[in-house]
Amino acid sequence: MSETVTLVVNDIAVEMPAGSMVSAAILKTGTQAFRRSVTGEPRGPLCGMGICFECRVTIDGEQHSRSCQTVCRNGMDVRTEPQKGTEEIQPQKSTEEIQPQKGTKSAKETK
Amino acid sequence: MSSACHVCDLLVVGAGPAGMAAAWRAAQNGLRVSVVDDNPAAGGQIWRGGPPEASVWFERIRSVDVEVINGARVFQQLRPGTLLAETQSGVCELNYSSLVLATGAREFFLPFPGWTLPNVMGAGGLQALVKTGLPIEGKRVVVAGSGPLLLAVAAYLRGRGANVLLIAEQASSMQLARFAIGLFGKRSQAFELKRQLKGVPYRSGCWVSEAYGTEQLEGVTLLRGKKRWRVACDYLACGFHLVPNVELATLLGCYVERGGVKVNTLQQTTVANVYSAGETTGIGGLELSLVEGEIAGLAAAGKHDAARELFPVRDKQRKFAALLNSTFALRDELKDLSTPQTIVCRCEDVTFERLQKHNSWRAAKLQTRCGMGPCQGRVCGSAVEFLFDWRAESVRPPMLPVRISSLIRKQSV
Repeated sequence: MSETVTLVVNDIAVEMPAGSMVSAAILKTGTQAFRRSVTGEPRGPLCGMGICFECRVTIDGEQHSRSCQTVCRNGMDVRTEPQKGTEEIQPQKSTEEIQPQKGTKSAKETK
Repeated sequence: MSSACHVCDLLVVGAGPAGMAAAWRAAQNGLRVSVVDDNPAAGGQIWRGGPPEASVWFERIRSVDVEVINGARVFQQLRPGTLLAETQSGVCELNYSSLVLATGAREFFLPFPGWTLPNVMGAGGLQALVKTGLPIEGKRVVVAGSGPLLLAVAAYLRGRGANVLLIAEQASSMQLARFAIGLFGKRSQAFELKRQLKGVPYRSGCWVSEAYGTEQLEGVTLLRGKKRWRVACDYLACGFHLVPNVELATLLGCYVERGGVKVNTLQQTTVANVYSAGETTGIGGLELSLVEGEIAGLAAAGKHDAARELFPVRDKQRKFAALLNSTFALRDELKDLSTPQTIVCRCEDVTFERLQKHNSWRAAKLQTRCGMGPCQGRVCGSAVEFLFDWRAESVRPPMLPVRISSLIRKQSV
């Protein structure tokens, strides 16, 4: 096994020690936000062990891959969600618009 | 999609210390053992990367005939005696006569303003990332939360060149003094950590009240007594001790108490032929996990007398565990960290104020989708239990988000 592997994160080549996780490679390229939350917030890894799902990215075309549990391989293509300012981000609608019960206030949150 | 079928006498879920100990003892006593784990390598969280202190256990596993299935996430029970796990390339069916649940623990996360910013991570979370390739040299790190893990993480990060600015432990100095007296045989470990952390401020009764930044973390506000101050940093490593992973046990129908899976003296759960060991049965640390694992492995192999010989060791470790958990019990002030706009459920971006309107987790789930995102409440579930005293009632299959093809495969098994 070679000492290092080279993979591509958002079109940037990054060299990592063999056995490294994809999450570490993404952070090494300077990308801190791996994905956007349902309201458009930037998010990065939290638990580092496959519990929180905040580290999910697209790896070799497979969406929602947990980068904290995926070992880097040579030639791997990793895509995070668009960084701020590079593409328009469309926050999803708040789920609270569906209100099956009477009496609860419609609560489309505003920050 | 590929599929595989494994048949064994004893299946161990979790290849951390408890799982390895159980597998070793059972295989030594003639059982055909398989170990399944969701990580790419064995060792669990504490022995990630196979550190030298764990070499004796890795050697023990190699010395017996144990099949280790890595990178496989158990997501469903097909029928009693058969679990399904998803792998990178497909699904595997795991058939067993007895089962040991050694699913370990995760960090306990509490919401506070700014905790969703990139570079705010768990304490173990940041350590795991550094262990798996994240360069940390020269980075400014604040370590905060609660529990002995904070010290271990701070020492590790410092050893890798991080500039650890401060360790903030929410427990009071009085609680910590009692703990220090009760450390018994663990004193040498404690002194070693102290040596490694020389010069790093350790503040008891201190916690992060806010993380600030726009697109990523820029710094934190710390609170200690009446004092409040800001510290600029690159990473916040923040975890409030640990919570057991009980989802699989719950799915299988094992009785689960507040602190973990209920077991008898032989580590048997309330479901026949299902054992549990390690942090899954209650947070107690490495030594307790190992001895519980050994007892479970021996018991599953029918070696009850040999298992009983280990009870005194376990009793001693359980005393330490009780001390540990009382020392690092969370203070009530931490319930007031969230503002109305603080996100509690990170998957569905559910704020504190939206949850406050409800009186049970079920109601909150139905109305806000709290706990219904990809993590299935693994992060916010413990938080709402602490904040609102709500408890998760059930676990439904699949326990984790899986590919549709994995579910379709299930039908044809």
